[in-house]
Amino acid sequence: MTTERPTTNGSNGTNGANGDGPAAATGTELPVLTRKDFVSDQEVRWCPGCGDYSILAQTQKIMPDFGYARENIVFISGIGCSGRLPYYMNTYGFHTIHGRAPTLATGLKAARPDLMVWVITGDGDALSIGGNHLIHSLRRNVDIRIVMFNNRIYGLTKGQASPTSELGKVTKSTPFGTVDFPISPLAIALAAEATFIARSVDTHTEHLQGTLERAGNHHGSTFVEVLQNCNIFNDGAYREFTDREVRDDRMLVLEHGKPMIFGKDRDKGIRLSGHQPEVVTIGEGGVTEEDLLVHDETDALIAFMLSRIYWPEFPVPVGVIRNISRPTHDQMLTDQMAQATAARGKGDLAKLLTGGETWTVE
Amino acid sequence: MTLTEPKVVTERELDRVTIRFAGDSGDGMQLTGTQFTRGAALFGNDISTFPDYPAEIRAPAGSLPGVSGFQLSFSSTDIHTPGDAPDVLVAMNPAALKTNLGELPHGGALVVNEDAFTAQNLQKVGYPSNPLTDGSLTSWHVFAVPISTLNGRALDGLGLTNKQVDLTKNFFALGLMFWLYERSMEPTIAWIEQKFSKRPEIAEGNRRALRAGYAFGETTEIFHERYIVPPAKLPPGTYRNITGNEATALGMVAASQLADRQLFYGSYPITPASDILHQLAGYKNFGVKTFQAEDEIAAIGAAIGASYGGALGLTASSGPGIALKSEALGLAVMVELPLVVIDVQRAGPSTGMPTKTEQADLLQVMFGRNSDSPVVVLAPATPAECFTFAIEAWRLALKYMTPVVYLSDALLANGAEPWSIPKVADLPEIGVPNSTEKAGFYPYLRDEQTLARPWAVPGTPGLEHRIGGLEKADILGNVSYDPDNHHRMQELRQAKIAGIAKDIPPLDVFGAAEGDLLILGWGSTYGAIRSAVERLQDRGLAVAHAHLRHLNPLPSNTGDVLKAYRRVLIPEINLGQLLMLLRARFLIDAIGYNRVRGKPFRIAEIEAEAERILATLGAPAR
Repeated sequence: MTTERPTTNGSNGTNGANGDGPAAATGTELPVLTRKDFVSDQEVRWCPGCGDYSILAQTQKIMPDFGYARENIVFISGIGCSGRLPYYMNTYGFHTIHGRAPTLATGLKAARPDLMVWVITGDGDALSIGGNHLIHSLRRNVDIRIVMFNNRIYGLTKGQASPTSELGKVTKSTPFGTVDFPISPLAIALAAEATFIARSVDTHTEHLQGTLERAGNHHGSTFVEVLQNCNIFNDGAYREFTDREVRDDRMLVLEHGKPMIFGKDRDKGIRLSGHQPEVVTIGEGGVTEEDLLVHDETDALIAFMLSRIYWPEFPVPVGVIRNISRPTHDQMLTDQMAQATAARGKGDLAKLLTGGETWTVE
Repeated sequence: MTLTEPKVVTERELDRVTIRFAGDSGDGMQLTGTQFTRGAALFGNDISTFPDYPAEIRAPAGSLPGVSGFQLSFSSTDIHTPGDAPDVLVAMNPAALKTNLGELPHGGALVVNEDAFTAQNLQKVGYPSNPLTDGSLTSWHVFAVPISTLNGRALDGLGLTNKQVDLTKNFFALGLMFWLYERSMEPTIAWIEQKFSKRPEIAEGNRRALRAGYAFGETTEIFHERYIVPPAKLPPGTYRNITGNEATALGMVAASQLADRQLFYGSYPITPASDILHQLAGYKNFGVKTFQAEDEIAAIGAAIGASYGGALGLTASSGPGIALKSEALGLAVMVELPLVVIDVQRAGPSTGMPTKTEQADLLQVMFGRNSDSPVVVLAPATPAECFTFAIEAWRLALKYMTPVVYLSDALLANGAEPWSIPKVADLPEIGVPNSTEKAGFYPYLRDEQTLARPWAVPGTPGLEHRIGGLEKADILGNVSYDPDNHHRMQELRQAKIAGIAKDIPPLDVFGAAEGDLLILGWGSTYGAIRSAVERLQDRGLAVAHAHLRHLNPLPSNTGDVLKAYRRVLIPEINLGQLLMLLRARFLIDAIGYNRVRGKPFRIAEIEAEAERILATLGAPAR
């Protein structure tokens, strides 16, 4: 048995403090960080062309913007291709077990409210094996940012149907097509009372960056679905509406307080007919911009409607679907402790042990 | 019955009395037993209790499955068990009589609520005729008391509903027992006043019921003898009555204070562990954070997350929940974080018998994970020891950066005994590793002595690193598929746990260091084994008792102790789990005594098994 120190750094790098860090902070000033400060020394090992590269890049890019020192940021992941992301972030990171990342994040955030905690997950990890934890971390308003890479396939296990695979999809595990109806991630998040729900696309880097930025600034349970291409097992999963030539006509970019307009010529929109949404063209049949539905991130019914519309009947909504404020789980725990301490005084162990009825033997 | 002259009552002194209260699960038998226990403890007796209740909260009234029992033994000498058999059985209905009479020795006292012996109730449990009148109970001293009627009369005029009156009849029985054993009613009256402070009419009802029972004993001609059990000669100190679950919770808070780290408790409700959650949830002013998770997996996941953040991550469950936690426990082994998992064992497999005790999970916690996945396993032997071992669990978890499984069981959890309250200054120190130095930091660089890796928690500048369930490169901690590295890491994880043997007390033997028979136990069987060995030793037999509290690793002298006796008997409430471990490890031909009935061992059965083995040796009494 030996605990000798290595004489050379392994080809894997050092996974520790020896990477290039920012200059040490002087005084109480936070050092100014850049994207490079968040790149770890580990070689990225996703398949070439994978959508995950873009998500990683946008994540690293926005990380300096939140005002957290690098050591106060933690990335926690489950199992799947997405689970590798923490290794590539030069922050604290924990690659956990399948589906359970939200549970570890919940415990970590409860114990350490000072930390900024991100959860990286996939459609199988979050919605299949970890569905229960996703729901409960969202409803508790745990102050964590869950980013779910949705490629509608199991990539790491080499191509089985996932809970978001479309009905009838032929995969290795479903040679005659899957008979399992797909789940809607946004509808699940909404039903679970998440306080921030958004959707973006791996290839729309600017939009993705903006969405993650807003997610990072939210306090509470944050759920971001990133539509992500798996070029090996589910190539072109979203091509029909995300390709450059068609995306303006087939995707609806949401903005709070703005009418729901889309289309290359900005001439299409969503209007309510009764309680049903419909696609209309501005200028046709007397339709004006005034008639369109205005997006409101705090309106649960609008959020529900947006979670239900999808290509080809409708453009695919992207952006922030819902954004409300509610006390966070860790805040409420902390408040309860403060109240208990105010009411009873700081706990005294000797008094606790001798509490209740006692008797003395001389 | 005449009240014109005071009746003559004689008093008799006894060393020890065992009472069993039995009734419907809604009759308040647990409360009645607990109140009697408090009285006995405050009086200074040694006590030991065994609550035995059904899983059904309210099974159909008067039915056999709905019978709830509470056995307590109180004594003027040091006792280790709640008694093999009751001296007195208080049966509140025919179902209670039917399910418990078999364990009341002939000649024992039987106090019954004769009002409950109605044709309907008798028929419900299959009594063809009324045992109180058909002569079938002549082997026992039967005291048939119309408890419901007398109690109803005592509460007359209070304006309570019939249902409310009926709910107080257990206190009538309690009052009667207080009279019979010359116990003060004051502690229970004080309890009533506090409990029902907002409902004075209910308080008055219970007070009247208690006093009526006491007065009935005093005036009725049925009882002519009272019994006194003098206080026990316990070692000097301040005592309180404590159950295993209470002691566990207090021990965990104490560990948190000693380590100066917040305690984070993640848990999912499960019998018989839930009381720990209830208790810890009340200690928020001690910096204890409790989290009722969505499931068992989330409970341990959150605990690991909290430990990762520098807190004391704690979770608890029972067998079925431990099974669900297994994968996460394996993760804690891989990432080498401090974690304590309490397993309050119950009868299995599967849902089994949730409220009944069993030494069910030793092999599960030793081996119930993929690959070689060593964890520390501890098992307190008595309710009071649950406190000590909570602190021991954290001492080891922190010093060695390892998950520790703490095996309690339903008997320890709910059973009570007097606890000599330690002084805070006398509690052991708990060292906390804490890495902050950037120079030379590697996530898996081990301490040369303990083989523990550093605990570098998020928020520590310069020590940003990544851990996870994938195999780690030795020292560096990066993901590694290197074959030799994996072999080395497997050995290192094993060696770290094995090395703890140097840091725990040797196995202590009660009796001579060698002899004919060693009885070796673990966990809650301590009391029955110790009592049996005391009796055997009193008879001059060369029998010794050793009890393992550290089950992984084992104390380093375990093999030597086992080999110093001609025979080794291992009684377990399972089909031979420790037996299998010790036979495999030490190649000794140990003998199992295994009864898996959901009940604790009786002293007499262990004594008898020892006699049987001694007879095969032709061993004479010395």
